[in-house]
Amino acid sequence: MSKVDSLLREPLINGVDKTYGKITEDIVRNTEGNPPKDWWIAFGFALAGLLLYVTAVSWTIFKGIGVWGLQKTVNWAWDITNFVWWVGIGHAGTLISAVLLLFKQKWRTGINRAAEAMTIFAVICAGQFPLIHMGRIWQGFFIFPYANTRGPLWVNFNSPLLWDVFAISTYFTVSCLFWYSGLMPDFGTIRDKAKTAKRKKLYNLLSFGWRGTAIQWSRFESLSLVLAGLSTPLVLSVHSVVSFDFATSVIPGWHTTIFPPYFVAGAIFSGFAMVQTLMLITRKVQKLEDYITIAHIESMNKVIVLTGSIVGIAYITELFIAWYSGYLYEQYAFYNRAFGDYWWAYWSMMTCNVLSPQLFWFKKFRRSIFVSFIMSIFVNVGMWFERFVIIVTSLHKDFLVSSWNYFTPTWVDMSIFIGSLGLFFTCFLLFTRIFPVIAIAEVKAIFSSISEAAQVKAKKEGSH
Amino acid sequence: MSQGKIEQKKYVYGVYSHETNFLDAIKSVQADGLTVDDAYSPFPVHGIDDLLGIKETSLHKAGFTLGFTGLVTAFSVMTYVNTMGYPTVFGGKPFFSLPAFIPVMFETTVLMAAVGMFFVYIKRNELFPGKIPMIIDERTTDDKFALAFGIDGKSDSEISVIKSSLQKSGAEEVNIKSFE
Repeated sequence: MSKVDSLLREPLINGVDKTYGKITEDIVRNTEGNPPKDWWIAFGFALAGLLLYVTAVSWTIFKGIGVWGLQKTVNWAWDITNFVWWVGIGHAGTLISAVLLLFKQKWRTGINRAAEAMTIFAVICAGQFPLIHMGRIWQGFFIFPYANTRGPLWVNFNSPLLWDVFAISTYFTVSCLFWYSGLMPDFGTIRDKAKTAKRKKLYNLLSFGWRGTAIQWSRFESLSLVLAGLSTPLVLSVHSVVSFDFATSVIPGWHTTIFPPYFVAGAIFSGFAMVQTLMLITRKVQKLEDYITIAHIESMNKVIVLTGSIVGIAYITELFIAWYSGYLYEQYAFYNRAFGDYWWAYWSMMTCNVLSPQLFWFKKFRRSIFVSFIMSIFVNVGMWFERFVIIVTSLHKDFLVSSWNYFTPTWVDMSIFIGSLGLFFTCFLLFTRIFPVIAIAEVKAIFSSISEAAQVKAKKEGSH
Repeated sequence: MSQGKIEQKKYVYGVYSHETNFLDAIKSVQADGLTVDDAYSPFPVHGIDDLLGIKETSLHKAGFTLGFTGLVTAFSVMTYVNTMGYPTVFGGKPFFSLPAFIPVMFETTVLMAAVGMFFVYIKRNELFPGKIPMIIDERTTDDKFALAFGIDGKSDSEISVIKSSLQKSGAEEVNIKSFE
């Protein structure tokens, strides 16, 4: 990799006082000592959410899924909406760590660690929903193909629901391995900085006994590169497979060939929005503004406006094809989305996902922390509505007018969704205190070239 | 170059603060006819593999082999199950259907390749939870670079040759570390 960097390009690490030692200190500091008060407050809220989640899920398992708002007509609603939403959020982490690694985008180093952690926690949340929506969760292991005493009765390999099992479990496993192999050297750094024997022991355990010799680094780089190469098609496949759950059915509104690319773009869109939300808070609370800079935020906003526009084109293509197909049911499904009982959900989706990200064509808004934060929330809300619109509005008015129905969530539906946010934030907050939030070794590797650029720039600005 | 293994009990090592000095130092000690036993750095330093003669790992071969195994396994299991083990009619679809098998074949390939490679990696790099590593200097995971030479069974004059070569190469410190 070339070490030459343009002086015109914005530095990826700010601050004139940076050295290798300072980088270690800035990042390791956040894992030391007692967490600040803000952290405890946030953690309290997250734990309350988790408690709500456990309560609502226990009630669901105890009573059965009749406690949800589902009926004969709308037999998938918030459960699968939440599942698709969480899986989608996970996609940004892999995109940042794998795809941007292959494209040699150096700005990924500031945010890849936290984004990968977000992926893992989001997939943990996503994985809950297929399990609990089975109703009889204790028979969940039936989804795995293994030689059994039931016939042997095998799973249906022609079903996209089974492909999902493989896609999600592979995605989770590979993401964990990729993340952890990158963490080992950084845990080694924390271990060698540790002041107490207990802490040293804990971080040595986590680092697997990392030493940092040239040969270890050589293998480390090979592993990262090959895992990145494997994760790139994987990340594209996962949401494609999720979209097959709908696309291979014969329900008007679902039976669409555009779904795989449209879902993947949507997943990256929502994932980047979530990374943006988390990073804007993390950089502030952990004082990492020098590492997660305005340039990083702007880059993410560029991805958001690109993927948001792809999603917008997909929405419009769907409408066009529905009209052009000349198929009455398909036409009605889309007319009903926009002007039917759930018009409010459709227009919320359109506003949040298609219209509002267009603000990011303006540099001023791309570089504004306030606008970025508000927009990231908008996008997350919009993408949740997208899945809700696809799932519920396509089902609630089916082929038989007598079975048309309106879906209303119960307190259990809502508690499970809000609670899953609690689960996610509990994991993420623990991560920010125990793990290095920024990939220390990777930042140091890009530091030697960019630090000079930063210093020249700082000197220039200082002389005016 | 020992393959990342501490084989000796006593080492003399030089400490450097910048990666360019570190790379120059390797060239300098090699010009003096010395062979570096271990080179420590806080991050991967590019160009060091060629200097130390580290061959590219065969991790990707392991990944390919295992991935291919995964592909064949998934294909065989699905074919067996759908055509021989328990052929079931699902909406009149064919028992053997390659397009329907592709997603699972792909995922299994990636899963086997990634998991397999990870285990090969930690085995080759001698990493496992709870291992007590032999680290020449704790600062090498923070902000220092180090070149280490094993000195077991070496005479004082040989050691002083190494030391002076390290000093000449621009080392900020030359220390001795013994692992007991």
